[in-house]
Amino acid sequence: MAAVRLEAVAKTYPNGHTAIHCVDIDIGEGEFLVLVGPSGCGKSTLLRLIAGLETPTSGRIFIGGADVTLLPPQARDLAMVFQSYALYPHMSVRDNLAYGLKVRGTDPAVAAQRVADVSAALDIEGLLDRRPAQLSGGERQRVALGRAMVRQPQAFLLDEPLSNLDPALRAQARAELRRLHRRLGVTVVYVTHDQEEAMTLGGRVAVMRDGAIEQVAPPLDVYARPANTFVARFIGAPAMNLVPATLVGIDTPADAVAGIRPQDVTVGANGQLHAIVDVVEPRGHDYLLHLRLDSRDSSPFLAVVAGLAPPPVGAQVFLAFPPDRRHLFDGRTGTRLT
Amino acid sequence: MRRNPAGVAGAALLTMLLFPIYWMIASSVTPESRLFQSPPLVPSTLSLDHYRALFDERDFLIPIRNSLVVAAMTTIVVLPVATLCAYALARLRFRGRALLLALILAVSMFPQISIVPPLYLILRELRLLDTYPGLVLPYVTFSAPLAVWLLTGFFRQLSPELEEAAMLDGASRVRALWDVVLPLAAPGVATAAILTFLYCWNEFLFALSFMLGPDRYTVPVAVTLFRGRYQVPWGQVLAATVVATIPVALVVLAFQRRIVAGLSAGASKG
Repeated sequence: MAAVRLEAVAKTYPNGHTAIHCVDIDIGEGEFLVLVGPSGCGKSTLLRLIAGLETPTSGRIFIGGADVTLLPPQARDLAMVFQSYALYPHMSVRDNLAYGLKVRGTDPAVAAQRVADVSAALDIEGLLDRRPAQLSGGERQRVALGRAMVRQPQAFLLDEPLSNLDPALRAQARAELRRLHRRLGVTVVYVTHDQEEAMTLGGRVAVMRDGAIEQVAPPLDVYARPANTFVARFIGAPAMNLVPATLVGIDTPADAVAGIRPQDVTVGANGQLHAIVDVVEPRGHDYLLHLRLDSRDSSPFLAVVAGLAPPPVGAQVFLAFPPDRRHLFDGRTGTRLT
Repeated sequence: MRRNPAGVAGAALLTMLLFPIYWMIASSVTPESRLFQSPPLVPSTLSLDHYRALFDERDFLIPIRNSLVVAAMTTIVVLPVATLCAYALARLRFRGRALLLALILAVSMFPQISIVPPLYLILRELRLLDTYPGLVLPYVTFSAPLAVWLLTGFFRQLSPELEEAAMLDGASRVRALWDVVLPLAAPGVATAAILTFLYCWNEFLFALSFMLGPDRYTVPVAVTLFRGRYQVPWGQVLAATVVATIPVALVVLAFQRRIVAGLSAGASKG
């Protein structure tokens, strides 16, 4: 187990594309850090830089205090779980698990014991003699995780390991990952494009956009106090409503933007803002309303309402917002004002 | 019996492909005197005279041995060289990669006849004329490009994540190539081996130009030189062709099993 530190790391490809702009981040020992962002934001590249699969154009990378910037992946003692799992198709599950130990010259008896321990912990003992092609998606995911665990590396790097699972399995695997992290106490860097996964898994969440980190904080802090409009809209589902602050009746600089999460909107007979119900989406435990504001005919304004009877389509409603749930952003830069 | 059009077309194609081979085998066991009497499809008299003559009078084992040695040596040299070269071209990022790949292919595009004289002079200076290495060397330069192209394509199809996983598991790039890439690329390597072997087995011009006596002639050269001043011993030529086809068929069958085994191995994603 070790801390991972990135100092002013940047990556520009030979074709001139800059994937990472000067990223600084400190990942503590035993921390579960989630890198989250839309596709193409550089989160996978950042993980590959830590793994040593890419070399940074500038900046330095430390693992456990040692400068590993120029070390190849095999010298960094990290383990990685790939999105495709990348299990060796021509080896049995047992050989897949033991490969890292074999390559490092671990005593075969010790290696066999470790494989046995890990497969017991992940409940894959029955699969040891099968080939990856004979496994289901969930089983492959656990084998890939087991291959990472068996070596007891300095840190785990996980690249969207749950994205190939169906939703039910994904929720289960997510809980399993949390349990595993609590039990092993290892350093984990986890990449995902799914904000829900980031919220539920991360000890801290780093939201990325265009090769830069927009905000690093515990998930609830990111949710409650997003650093800018990008983070505000990316974290939390459905996405936060952004409207000119003057519309909501807040006394601020003219071009400020107010943000209100759909869950924080109260729909009723009176309020600050007049709207018309456009679409009603039943979601089981509540309804998601798409509303049209009189004054703006652009993007819909979303509200989540609980209860049995939502207002019908075409109804005129008034919206109210609790003052303590409003977010204010600078209209030009998008950064948080309060 | 199936009567669907695809089956009929398949049968027709198969007949077209197999008939010359059947004709060759049938003629090789027909006595010389009957060869040109518009023979029936099924030979009436079987005779092994041509085969006997082939091995007793002509000592056909010598060209077979020569061809086997040259083809095997070339394949053994080409495979590791082409594998490493193709892996680098498929995976490593370096300047001028596309140009290098094009140049490699260009080498095999030269009309062979145009480089026979210079190669002859070079081999004479190296005292390699009429030796096995004297033939293996040009064969390697001409068959390696094809193998490199074939394998580059094969390596590119493999997910780089597998090697990356091996490297994170602690393997060096070469070890990852050996442990992970090569077993998965086995069908490609086998195909490259077959093509290299066949190229050497069938090559005529270099063998004729650089091998100076019957002791070093390869099969195609030896068969061509069967023709005498006044007659061509067609029966023996056909018998020799049958004999020359056997090793090739064996090689292809041997590697075919690997190809099928390789193709049925599982992939990574589900």
